Amino acid sequence: MVLTINGQSRQLDVADEMPLLWALRDAADLTGTKFGCGAAQCGACTVHVDGEPVRSCVTPVGDVVGKQITTIEGIAQDRVGSAVQAAWRELDVVQCGYCQSGQIMSATALLRENAAPSDSDIDDAMSGNICRCATYVRIRAAIHDAARTLA
Amino acid sequence: MGIVDRSSTQAMPADVVNVSRRRFMQAAGGLALGVYSGIGAAKLALADEAVPFAPNAFVRIDPQGIVTVIAKHLEMGQGIYTGLPTLLADELDADWDKVRVEGAPANTALYANSLIGFQATGGSTGIANSFEQMRKAGAVAKAMLVRAAAERWRVPAAEILVSKGVVSHPGSGRSAGFGELARAAARLPVPSEVVLKKPEQFTLIGNPRTRRTDSRGKTDGSAVYTQDMKLPGMLVAASAHPTRYGVTVKSVDAAAALAIAGVVGVVQFPASPRGQPGVAVLARNTWAAFQGRDALKIVWDESAAFRSSSADILTAYREAAGKPDAVWTQEGDVAAALASAETVIEADYYVPYLAHAAMEPMNCLVRLSADGCEIWNGEQWQTEDQKAVAQRLGLPIERVTIHQLYAGGSFGRRANPTADYLLEAVSIAQAARESGIDAPVKLVWSREDDMRGGNYRPAYLHRVRLGLDGAGELIAWHQRVVGQSIVKGIVFEAALVKDGVDLISVEGCADPYEIPNLKVELHTPTVTENPITVQWWRSVGHSHTGFATECAIDEAASASGQDPLVFRRKLLAKHPRHRGVLELAAEKAGWNQPLPAGAAGERRGRGIAVHQSFNTPVAQVVEVTVRADGTFKVDRVVCAVDCGIVVNPDIVRAQMEGGIGFGLGTTLHGAITFKDGETEQGNFDSFKVLRINEMPRVEVHIMPSAEPPTGVGEPSVPPVAPAVANALFAATGRRVRSLPLDGADFKIGT
Repeated sequence: MVLTINGQSRQLDVADEMPLLWALRDAADLTGTKFGCGAAQCGACTVHVDGEPVRSCVTPVGDVVGKQITTIEGIAQDRVGSAVQAAWRELDVVQCGYCQSGQIMSATALLRENAAPSDSDIDDAMSGNICRCATYVRIRAAIHDAARTLA
Repeated sequence: MGIVDRSSTQAMPADVVNVSRRRFMQAAGGLALGVYSGIGAAKLALADEAVPFAPNAFVRIDPQGIVTVIAKHLEMGQGIYTGLPTLLADELDADWDKVRVEGAPANTALYANSLIGFQATGGSTGIANSFEQMRKAGAVAKAMLVRAAAERWRVPAAEILVSKGVVSHPGSGRSAGFGELARAAARLPVPSEVVLKKPEQFTLIGNPRTRRTDSRGKTDGSAVYTQDMKLPGMLVAASAHPTRYGVTVKSVDAAAALAIAGVVGVVQFPASPRGQPGVAVLARNTWAAFQGRDALKIVWDESAAFRSSSADILTAYREAAGKPDAVWTQEGDVAAALASAETVIEADYYVPYLAHAAMEPMNCLVRLSADGCEIWNGEQWQTEDQKAVAQRLGLPIERVTIHQLYAGGSFGRRANPTADYLLEAVSIAQAARESGIDAPVKLVWSREDDMRGGNYRPAYLHRVRLGLDGAGELIAWHQRVVGQSIVKGIVFEAALVKDGVDLISVEGCADPYEIPNLKVELHTPTVTENPITVQWWRSVGHSHTGFATECAIDEAASASGQDPLVFRRKLLAKHPRHRGVLELAAEKAGWNQPLPAGAAGERRGRGIAVHQSFNTPVAQVVEVTVRADGTFKVDRVVCAVDCGIVVNPDIVRAQMEGGIGFGLGTTLHGAITFKDGETEQGNFDSFKVLRINEMPRVEVHIMPSAEPPTGVGEPSVPPVAPAVANALFAATGRRVRSLPLDGADFKIGT
């Protein structure tokens, strides 16, 4: 199977029904995308498929052949993604960090759709991404910060 | 059963714990290392041709001037990979941008936590036990670099300056980077005395611009957690566990599992003291392992299974709360005082079992050889885990090597006192090896394995009876606590169970209010009565004693017709740090100004709570809005903390913010419940945690202090639940005494 991941063509020996999450982590050695729940409940596995955020733990890898897959390892190539990462670092959002790849992918998707989100817009877009360290105050602040940088 | 004079325990549980832990450590054979001997011993251990300058076990400096700090504690989010190097680098006057952090291997001699007695991260002790140790380690390195420069330049050492990784002599205009001096410094003797900076000389300590060392790796996907580790030829193991306690494997049909592409083998593993037995599928990738696990056909022997439900447990706890039991603390005559009281308040407070539910489910990578074992893990309990693994494998302890990785949260879970998931991983690897599968094995628990894997924060019932005299003064406090002991049967039992009382089941009860007649009792169900496995969970006993105590004191305040802040303050005359944070939080929250009204039909309320855990008092003022439909939201939390000298103000704030969110999640939603012995929750759909849409505004205020630092990882958790409950009372006139609050309906007339 050939996938396009972060702009590169990758040949992977995986079955169609394997979730994209495990194809990325176990076959493509891209471990920045995290396993948290396996049931689209926590958002730690969020990646972009053709620019849209998807939960890779419930997305069969066969469904994304021929599509552009972007993971946390490739998001810096994107102007919005790069601004989001910079804001995350500027505000030291992370604690344990395990959910933050997914948070950054969801935040990047939000800012592509809505250049100046309100707190309420952020809450709506980000409520699928759990952070057990509860870094939510800083996630909101960092999204506003990135929005200002991009404006 | 015995009577403890409160003056000897002073209801200062954190002190008790620490002193007791120190006693344990001495009893265990002098594991307590003076800060200095720890540093001295290291030179031998780490001397290496490839490492030009490693004056002690905590730092090495390479010829490029990169300063690598070796962190003895686990980074699980609390920021210790920033705090420890900050302490060392400040005394070293290193360039923060050239500081790197590396996890220490498991080694009690070099890396014991001086407040615990072995190498472990917990009890919010990371900075407190390292404050001098890491600074001395940095100061020693700096003294050697300075001497190397003085000898090279033939100038007096006293004329040499060090700043941001550069050693200079202004008089001669000479300067050199740390890297240029590293080899020369390495040839010098390690000084036995060093002078530490005065607080006003700190450059990195207390500086809000000292940034986290792990931000970049945790925002670009490169940070390595156990889940991410991969070794050549490694297999992934997924386990099937019984769904009830007291169950064993009767038979396994592995044919369907073995037929799945990528599955390599199926093995059984035995139980451990707080871990279940089961069957593991070994596969070439995680997906195949999970599929194989689901395809196993296992017949379990459930003849001795525990089949109680949460309702049964609560009934038994209510019954136990009606009977006298082991006394933890007693002053005056509580029975007489209650009999003479003008007003008596009786209340039961209940908190359920809770899962830690760290974002990274439990996992562990093991590589066995003929005569050794290597483990890669996010280790909160390093040297006890090392010992448990060595025992399981029949190896000398030094043949078990533990490589430290980041942990994707923990909240206490990765400090399992019986190494449950590690022993599962090791047993699987061992069984695999014996069956001819010789490969490194990474055990990966699913979210459901993690949530149903026991080792929960125990459920507790607190029955509180308070007496007020005719003037509204609190004259009697009687509290009976019912719940399982975490420490019975583990390494801390001798130190922490006194006269039948597990001190961490009661730590924080009535603390630290001055009440003339006081009695606190504890009933600890036996393992036979209740075999559910339990474990410390962020803030340990304080997570429930803080709730009961701070709700009860609030009930007393309102029964006496007094303001909750004023009422508390009077009872805290001898506790200036508690009073300080209480007053700071109240002032910043505008406690004495009316709370702005909500929209039509909304009721608003403000509640307050103060609680000290791990030597750090925290006060919070919470504002809530109860909507017309009876639901509510938490709008704002104003938090004040006194944690001594602040090593990193931004991380202190982060720990307050995060602990508030963590505590609020369990206040609102968190509960593990049992039905017919089975855990009813499995994933985040049934074990609800706080999401961003429920996160209130949080304001953190830090009390200035010149005292040595105390912990910040846990102390922001206990005040949240009582402050929310007290705010809901202020808004509605109704007390909530049972957590979580999901389903609580504040509709008028209900």
